Amino acid sequence: MLTILFDGVAYGMLLFVIACGLAITLGLMNFVNLAHGAFAMAGGYVAVVLANRYGVPFLLCLPLAFIASALIGLLLERTLYVRVYGKSHLDQVLFTIGLVFMSVAAVDYVMGSQQQFINLPEWLRGRIDIMGVGVGRYRLLIIVICGALTILLQSILSRSSFGAKLRASVDDARVARGLGIPVDRIFAITFAVGSGLAGLGGALGAEILGLDPTFPLKFMIYFLIVVTVGGTSGVTGPLVAALLLGVADVAGKYYVPQIGSFVIYTIMIVVLILRPQGLFARAR
Amino acid sequence: MDSLHAAAAKSLAMRTRLHPAEIAFWLCAVASYFLLPGKHLILSEIAIMALFALSVDLLLGYAGIVSLGHAAFFGVGAYVAGLLGKYGYGEPVLGLVVGGFGAAVFGFATSFLVLRGTDLTRLMVTLGVALVFYEIANKAGFTGGADGLQGVMMGPVIGLFEFDIFGHVAYAYSLIVLFVMIMAARRIVGSPFGLSLVAIKGNPLRARAVGVPVNARLVGVYTLAAFYAGVAGALLAQTQAFVSLDVLAFHRSADGLLVLLIGGAGYLYGGVIGAVIFKLMQDQIAALTPQYWQFWIGLFLVALVIIGRDRLIAGPAALLNLLRRRS
Amino acid sequence: MMISRRVWVSLMGAAGLASASSGALAQETVKIGMILPLTGPFTPIGKQVEAGAKLYLSQIGGVVAGKKIEIVLRDDGGVPDATKRIATELVVNEKVNVLAGFGLTPLAMATAPIATQSKTPLVVMAAGTTAIVDASPFIARTSFTQAQSAATIADWAAKNGIKKVVTLVTDYAPGIDSEKFFSEPFKAAGGEVLAQLRAPLQNPDYAPFLQRVIDAKPDAIFVFVPAGVGAALMKQYVERGMDKSGIRLIGPGDITDDDLLNGYGDSALGVVTAHLYSANHPSAANKAYVEAFKKANNMRPNFMSLGGYDGMRLITEALKKTNGATDGPGLIAAMKGMSWESPRGPISIDPDTRDIVQNIYIRKVEKVDGELYNVEFETYPSVKDPARKK
Repeated sequence: MLTILFDGVAYGMLLFVIACGLAITLGLMNFVNLAHGAFAMAGGYVAVVLANRYGVPFLLCLPLAFIASALIGLLLERTLYVRVYGKSHLDQVLFTIGLVFMSVAAVDYVMGSQQQFINLPEWLRGRIDIMGVGVGRYRLLIIVICGALTILLQSILSRSSFGAKLRASVDDARVARGLGIPVDRIFAITFAVGSGLAGLGGALGAEILGLDPTFPLKFMIYFLIVVTVGGTSGVTGPLVAALLLGVADVAGKYYVPQIGSFVIYTIMIVVLILRPQGLFARAR
Repeated sequence: MDSLHAAAAKSLAMRTRLHPAEIAFWLCAVASYFLLPGKHLILSEIAIMALFALSVDLLLGYAGIVSLGHAAFFGVGAYVAGLLGKYGYGEPVLGLVVGGFGAAVFGFATSFLVLRGTDLTRLMVTLGVALVFYEIANKAGFTGGADGLQGVMMGPVIGLFEFDIFGHVAYAYSLIVLFVMIMAARRIVGSPFGLSLVAIKGNPLRARAVGVPVNARLVGVYTLAAFYAGVAGALLAQTQAFVSLDVLAFHRSADGLLVLLIGGAGYLYGGVIGAVIFKLMQDQIAALTPQYWQFWIGLFLVALVIIGRDRLIAGPAALLNLLRRRS
Repeated sequence: MMISRRVWVSLMGAAGLASASSGALAQETVKIGMILPLTGPFTPIGKQVEAGAKLYLSQIGGVVAGKKIEIVLRDDGGVPDATKRIATELVVNEKVNVLAGFGLTPLAMATAPIATQSKTPLVVMAAGTTAIVDASPFIARTSFTQAQSAATIADWAAKNGIKKVVTLVTDYAPGIDSEKFFSEPFKAAGGEVLAQLRAPLQNPDYAPFLQRVIDAKPDAIFVFVPAGVGAALMKQYVERGMDKSGIRLIGPGDITDDDLLNGYGDSALGVVTAHLYSANHPSAANKAYVEAFKKANNMRPNFMSLGGYDGMRLITEALKKTNGATDGPGLIAAMKGMSWESPRGPISIDPDTRDIVQNIYIRKVEKVDGELYNVEFETYPSVKDPARKK
């Protein structure tokens, strides 16, 4: 029972780290980015190539994956995304689906279509017993890393001047510009960080979620669920939603395997009917 | 007052009159049947895709509802028609009607979920509903699950024309159905109901203020679009004599949107034009690079948005507007 | 080996040409319409089959019985409707003489009526459900059936001290087939199946299923997952310490797919599977095959590639038998009962069912020259599809 809970939490944490970037772009910039999974995939592949071909230690791969995805995010944001911010949601959906298609085919072309794995160091394999509960070491690492990131993110958003400027830019970009806040730059940085986090999550998740060129399509729905159920007012909502989904998904498959796959969709629909703005919506 | 009514009725009648461009288009369609006998298979697919895109158009082009899960209704229609064929009711026209109504029932039931909330919530709920439908079809015994529905036996169309391997009958049948459905759609969007939809799309608050029952109208159009999608799905099931889970897949919903936007939304023929362009493009690219055709489709989408849909697609719409003013 | 075969083939071709030159034009083209999933989640299957088929064609120089062989390759993305449409177009517009490929069961099932209606031979190179060959009298298979491997491992497990098993399969036809054809003989041999778990096809996380397995405390877990999905499961099996807790992992060879095995790391060592082919199969024919395959494609051949390789061989040998005549009934008649030495070992096409008869090997994952391989240690010769014995 506790093991299931633990697995669910680890899974949820992973979803959260990947999806929180999406929560920021969607919630703060009001931009529907279906290609978010592609950044996670990029991070995953960067980590795989570094770890397996060049023997970079696994823990060093994670920040490198973050940087690589963040740079890709920054580049795309400056060149393409920036032209789509002002367009309708429909345009944004089409544009980002297009990006997904391109990323899937390009990765397939470069890396081949088979699944990739990271060779984990010995000390991350197997499991340890904590007070009678079997705990996978790797999942424990995920929880630690993701937990630290969450606290960091929350404090940046709510306490730092950058967070304040970001919130101001989102609330009213025009006024923020008038006050001398560099709105475009703030958006670009935010987007890059969100993409980087996705990359980091992709690198962490390669072990558990699997990594192949269809990754962005496979998990798109999961990320979207996290964001829409959690609401988009900050990072707490998506975090709670991700944990809820992770635990519900794992527990559902454990206890009622026949309908395991329905659980998350049903939760999503029910929540959205009751609270169209998500669980933790800002009062508008 | 009477004169006002008469004027209103007259202007509505004006709007629903056939344009020369439309007549020319249908003549081309009929000609394609005789001039391209080797292409009937892909042409039937185009006709079915066009009908599906038309149903998306009713939602998006006329009521402004963006759906990422419209394939749900396409799938319901396909499975209903397929199951009818499997259990001995292989009369195609009956299957079409029942498939369409089956989808409409589901459309009506789910419309209440969809019409709440904002744009974004709508996107997610439509997507979620489609996923649930997909899972149900995957798990249920009667659909054949991931193996697809085997053993669909179709009878001859109106008791005369047997479906053949070359798709001749299938194409003629699909084309006639498409024609009937477009003509019906023209009547509907030209009616007061259709005009009120456009008003809602333009400004829901103002529409409500002048007394348009916004929610009821949206439920109505959602059900109607589901009916159209169901007929399209039933057509596919009948012409292929096979149904697989793919009729409910996400990419079908995405393709429907894409096709419509290539052709342009809001004038009913966008779906048809888009379907022709999209299918030919897909077929050509897929034959050249079977493994990587998705890349080019993706690139096309990105370019479409960055350059601007209007600039790429203004052509046919503007032409039609011009004709509209002339007539 | 290679060279001698090529010489032999060209001699045969010349002989065929001499005998058929009376009527046939030299260098007519025989078209083979090959439909495979080259996009979407089943891409790895398509790529392996394609590589195998093209390798065989290049080895015989692309000419048989005086006719040029042309492959018309199309992608169906693993979607049955598309497969059916493409097959129809290939038959009607491209005028292909043979259909081939078919990565998944529903794709083959959807297309079967086309083969029957147009009397076109259809060679299934990958899909593995028993019912496929019954769907049309024009279908022959060069891949495998799920039951061949599943029933073999059941027999081996029952004889080797495994009493209690939990099955974990992917929830679609091949998975359910595997579950059934493992459980039935295993129970008949006195074994016990504690639970039958089915994971959805689109399943990111196997953790909950494996936890159930641990809680049931079996001797072994029988796993079938499609080629390419097995890795995540394998990893989590190790992560949960199941390898150390004495729950052995057995199953058909999909989970230790040659294409992926090296990515598993040492965690896969000692896994026992039953399957039709290992890249490590100790025969001269296989050594030459693996070498040529790696050179052409930069990857290790897996069992799927053999479906393509032997499928092309079946088609071209049938053409030789008919002296290049391409009528469907004649070709399919020529295919019945054929047998030859494949890189996987001796195989034949059952004349009654048009299905494949082949050896199934019990293998264990071991390190060979620093790489992981399935090392064969026991052979079940000429296994017919066990699902038919009922």
